[in-house]
Amino acid sequence: MSMSTAATATLAVTKVDAPTIEYGKLSPILIIAGVAVVGVLIEAFLPRPARYRAQLTVALVGMIAAFGAVVWLARDLPDDHRGSVTAMGAVAVDGPSLFLQGTLLLIGIASVLLIGERRLEPAGGDAFAPQAAAAPGSQQEKDAAAAGWTQTEVYPLTMFSLVGMLLFPAANDLLMMFVALEILSLPLYLLCGLARRHRLLSQEAALKYFLLGAFSSAFFLFGVAMLYGYSGSVSLDKIGVASAGAMDNDALLLIGLAMVAVGLLFKVGAVPFHSWTPDVYQGAPTPITGFMAAATKVAAFGAMMRFFYVALPGMRWDWRPVMIGVAIVTMVAGAIIAITQTDVKRLLAYSSIAHAGFILTGMIAMSDAGVSSTMFYLVAYGFVTLGAFAVVTLVRDARGEATHLSHWAGLGRRSPLVAGVFALFLLAFAGIPLTSGFSGKFAVFQAAARGGAGSLVVVGVLCSAVAAFFYVRVIVLMFFSEPKVDGPTVVVPSVMTTAAIALGVAVTVVLGILPQPVLDLADKAALFVH
Amino acid sequence: MNPVNYLYLSALLFTIGAAGVLLRRNAIVVFMCVELMLNACNLAFVTFGRMHDNLDGQIIAFFTMVVAACEVVVGLSIIIAIFRSRRSASVDDASLMKW
Repeated sequence: MSMSTAATATLAVTKVDAPTIEYGKLSPILIIAGVAVVGVLIEAFLPRPARYRAQLTVALVGMIAAFGAVVWLARDLPDDHRGSVTAMGAVAVDGPSLFLQGTLLLIGIASVLLIGERRLEPAGGDAFAPQAAAAPGSQQEKDAAAAGWTQTEVYPLTMFSLVGMLLFPAANDLLMMFVALEILSLPLYLLCGLARRHRLLSQEAALKYFLLGAFSSAFFLFGVAMLYGYSGSVSLDKIGVASAGAMDNDALLLIGLAMVAVGLLFKVGAVPFHSWTPDVYQGAPTPITGFMAAATKVAAFGAMMRFFYVALPGMRWDWRPVMIGVAIVTMVAGAIIAITQTDVKRLLAYSSIAHAGFILTGMIAMSDAGVSSTMFYLVAYGFVTLGAFAVVTLVRDARGEATHLSHWAGLGRRSPLVAGVFALFLLAFAGIPLTSGFSGKFAVFQAAARGGAGSLVVVGVLCSAVAAFFYVRVIVLMFFSEPKVDGPTVVVPSVMTTAAIALGVAVTVVLGILPQPVLDLADKAALFVH
Repeated sequence: MNPVNYLYLSALLFTIGAAGVLLRRNAIVVFMCVELMLNACNLAFVTFGRMHDNLDGQIIAFFTMVVAACEVVVGLSIIIAIFRSRRSASVDDASLMKW
């Protein structure tokens, strides 16, 4: 067919069928998107003093409503727990997406409570710069701080990011997955640069995260192009059908698989794509670090599981050995480098890298038990991480948060409650029994062993032991060394941070002692729609 | 012309972009190299759309353009903020945090 006839043939199609979209099934995502837009309008039209309350109320009410919508959709799932696809096959409404969306919304509620905390700074205000556009140290910045300005644009940015996160694990085609990836990332790049204290570090974190994030999403997109070239579609189902019969090593398929995997592994912070994690976690405002560490991992592992389980189950003999290697390197590197860290936030960052390896262990099992154990681990890990970063916001000296580990010496004698809560979170990270970390690790290792990845389980257990060393070292430092004379003080927060930490403690303890209800829920929700 | 040639061009552009990100020092140039990589993706999408004889590839290219535009807004604002505080847009200067 020549070019002109092709053009005429395209133009001749006059009647275009409008796509059918079941708005009810998309309601959790749409509610949060609406909340984000309302947040922008509040910024535009409300006077400055009224914005804080309005933003906080709208965000919290919206997330609770969206959580209600998730529960409603989950009850509507058919008895065999198979979900359905909506928006012309672009979004999947099935067990894994609803389970992870519910988790993300709960993490979002706790994060917004942390972001809204305004009682920690001695001069008033929250954790965010009074005027982000003013250069650090400039007269303009001093004026803004002296005037007691506070900005509330973090709320709509957080909500936009949450929209992307809700969409990411539910995306059933690669274009939607790419758009969701960008919606979740772009606001996070900005949020990283908004810290009130240590603004140079914060801006550096934003720059590094942005450049490396954009670099990795270009890889993701090129991989999508290759998979589209291979199968003629970006729908995960159609790629799954096309790749199921791949007998020979098709270059397009393999390149596409590898490059999409690079983009996803970057987002979860797996070695060798982890180098941004410690810098960004350290530089970003701590409430944002908590949100990012907990929620991005949940969303990205959801998308990764859907990509490998729906689009490429026929290719498992090609990708599994590579992913096993990545998981081993991630666990080992995360656990070993964490030992040398002297900053609490960097320590938690390397610990999150090690945990990315543990979660990969569950994903690699390639079974329903693998999906359910991974999802359970994500719930457990998300709330522990958020709680741990919330505690970091409380330990302060004159220069803001005292994140150097030496400042934490003897904290247990001064503030036994806060140190005890932090110790609980560290024990959960280490996977000590009766905490959620143990239930989660047990579930993923069991799934991996049954899935035939015994080597991975051995490495995982050894790395857990190495990791336990540096977690326990911090506990020993807090409880068994003398407090410094000019050491930091623990600031008493408002009810919001207290509620977020209490939620973290509750989830950690309940999932440690009574994990079965949530494990059952994850088991029921483990089927991806095809 | 054989459309496969466009795929070779696309892969070449992507490689030039990736090499630029890794080698160049100025944040603006690094960012332009990322944009070059996104455009290489677009060329690949459109070419594959032509080869498969469906319109998906061209439609995806529009989405990529919108995403790239959003990325420019966010990226330039971050780079300008860091330039104003450091008087430099070099990615080597922003090195307060290591290891």
